[in-house]
Amino acid sequence: MTPAPLVALVGNPNAGKSALFNALTGARQKVGNYPGVTVERHAGRFALPDGRPVELVDLPGAYSFDPVSPDEAVTRDVILGRQPGERRPTALIVVIDAANLDNHLRFLMQLIALGLPVVVALNMIDLARRDGLEIDPDVLARELGVPVVPTVAVRRRGLDELRAALAEALTGPPAGEPNADAIPELPALQKAARALAARAVVSESPGRKISQRIDAVALHPVAGPLLLAALLFVMFQAVFSWSEAPIAWIESGFAAAAEVLGAALPDGFWRGLILEGVLAGVGAVVVFLPQILILFAFILLLEASGYMVRAAFMMDRLMAGVGLSGRAFIPLLSSFACAVPGIMATRTIDDPKDRLTTILIAPLMTCSARLPVYTLIIAAFIPNRSVGPGIGLQGLVLFGLYVAGILGAMVAALVIRRTVTRGRGSGFMMEMPKYQWPRPGDLLMGLWQRAWIFLKRAGTIILVSTALLWLLASYPVAPEGVKQSEYSLAGRLASGVETVVRPIGFNHEIALALIPAMAAREVAVSAIATVYAIDSADEEEATLALADRLSGAWPLPTALAFLAWFVFAPQCISTIAVTRRETNSWRWPGFMIAYLFSLAYLAAGATFWIATWAGL
Amino acid sequence: MRLDQLPLRQPAHIAAIDWSALGPAEARRLRELGFDEGVSVEALHCGGWFGRDPIACRVGRMTVAIRRAQAAAVRVAIDA
Repeated sequence: MTPAPLVALVGNPNAGKSALFNALTGARQKVGNYPGVTVERHAGRFALPDGRPVELVDLPGAYSFDPVSPDEAVTRDVILGRQPGERRPTALIVVIDAANLDNHLRFLMQLIALGLPVVVALNMIDLARRDGLEIDPDVLARELGVPVVPTVAVRRRGLDELRAALAEALTGPPAGEPNADAIPELPALQKAARALAARAVVSESPGRKISQRIDAVALHPVAGPLLLAALLFVMFQAVFSWSEAPIAWIESGFAAAAEVLGAALPDGFWRGLILEGVLAGVGAVVVFLPQILILFAFILLLEASGYMVRAAFMMDRLMAGVGLSGRAFIPLLSSFACAVPGIMATRTIDDPKDRLTTILIAPLMTCSARLPVYTLIIAAFIPNRSVGPGIGLQGLVLFGLYVAGILGAMVAALVIRRTVTRGRGSGFMMEMPKYQWPRPGDLLMGLWQRAWIFLKRAGTIILVSTALLWLLASYPVAPEGVKQSEYSLAGRLASGVETVVRPIGFNHEIALALIPAMAAREVAVSAIATVYAIDSADEEEATLALADRLSGAWPLPTALAFLAWFVFAPQCISTIAVTRRETNSWRWPGFMIAYLFSLAYLAAGATFWIATWAGL
Repeated sequence: MRLDQLPLRQPAHIAAIDWSALGPAEARRLRELGFDEGVSVEALHCGGWFGRDPIACRVGRMTVAIRRAQAAAVRVAIDA
């Protein structure tokens, strides 16, 4: 049996390619990675009207056949059959935006020159009409010599006609090798594309220009930034308050599972490994899922509606001040929930130096794993008193920690951009797509795919590291009368760590907590609880009891130094692993670990000594 | 007049582009986003609280965000 023919979906960014891909393949999609590059491969299947199956691969959006970014290089290489791990496509579906023919026709003309069978989806024909543009697809089909089908991918219109046209294109004799030399350069096509677009436009009236009317508010010099700030406020509020209930369910679910398993398993190595290693590790990851899903839902919605580019536009001036561009805004925003998806989102930055700098500063955004640590120390050491109308001291300190992270990131970006990633950036040039209502089904699909990738990445890493750390903390087994936490390998390691962190005010207990906290920052809380032998099933009660114990055991400068440490320290193996993956070497994660640990050490030390000197 | 000097909402078209003032990657992106001689252009918005950079302009049928530094390479002629 011959495999189903491979058809590639190609087009400019913002042509509605992904929506068309979802419309054609439905839920039958596979997301993978091209080997050796961090470019995602989206593939799916569908049937032609005559029943023949087709494999469809959604290629990254590109402006021309001449690649600038790694994504665009994959698009070119797949079409030419040069991409490892991919067959050469038998035919192409080229998606063009009906309202933007001048630009999209150039790439289409390049693709037609290759000689592969081409079917054109003249997409978003409804939005073009909304803008008062009437287009004759027959003019395009006649002059280009390929079938042109009007479609509205988000409304699932024109799909049957598209499938029929593809069936016909796949029926002829197979085309020869695509000829890359036959492709004209982009500048040579500019005038021809514009002339053809002018001939295809039957009539043009003022239309409703909805996008311009929204932009009049969204990009207004005063109202625009206020709207952005309000949106961000709602988003953060949602991430932290809507997630409370589901997080509680997940925690009680894992507690119940631990109870059942604990009763069923005999005492010994496997019981410990499964309960305290595996189950605790999986639980530590899954607990972040509600926050990450809510954050992703907001980001997907803002991206699909077209607002995100406007946010990047408004933030560009601020980002430019530290040598970055507005594009870094989205990854950094995601990093407030978790740096792992944030670092993965840097793929949209096409300048390699901008991207690397953004990756390196992403861990400085206060991720939600730091919150339990901050909450514990603040509850223990910062008095709960008011410093102004409606402003509590505890809340103010928490806010200060967030600001410290952001300021640290800005300074780090400034320094990194002038040293390790020196050189002129490629500036900020971005297409601003039209506003449109996203389709809920497409949003859900994107949400599911991103959540799955997060679980796979973070899950495997955290699982392995918690199991490993459990082994370190449990062996060798301490004899009677000696504390296990001191006698174990981890305890002995802690003695080594202690000599290093003693000068910045850390005690042996903190040194002990820092080791397991490498798996995920919030593990520091349970590690400290273990050291102080506090055991309570109720988390709130345990935190209160622990806070009580700590306020007696630690001097205030030590506690403040501990907070300062967590603002900067790269206490998270998943982040390091994802950095290694996205930069394809150990060089940059190594640099990240070195600079963040140095920063953390200096900040904690300075905090400790200043606080001690001030007599706190 | 240069594109970065063009008043908002003043319809114009691109008279010339100084490609040599731009880096190779910048020049490519600019071309890909539809900048070319003879194309209509109109500055629509300025970004940010901290200055009037970047600018959003309509180029042909597309809206494009561009920093003033790059916009300075584009010469425009105001439509009568």
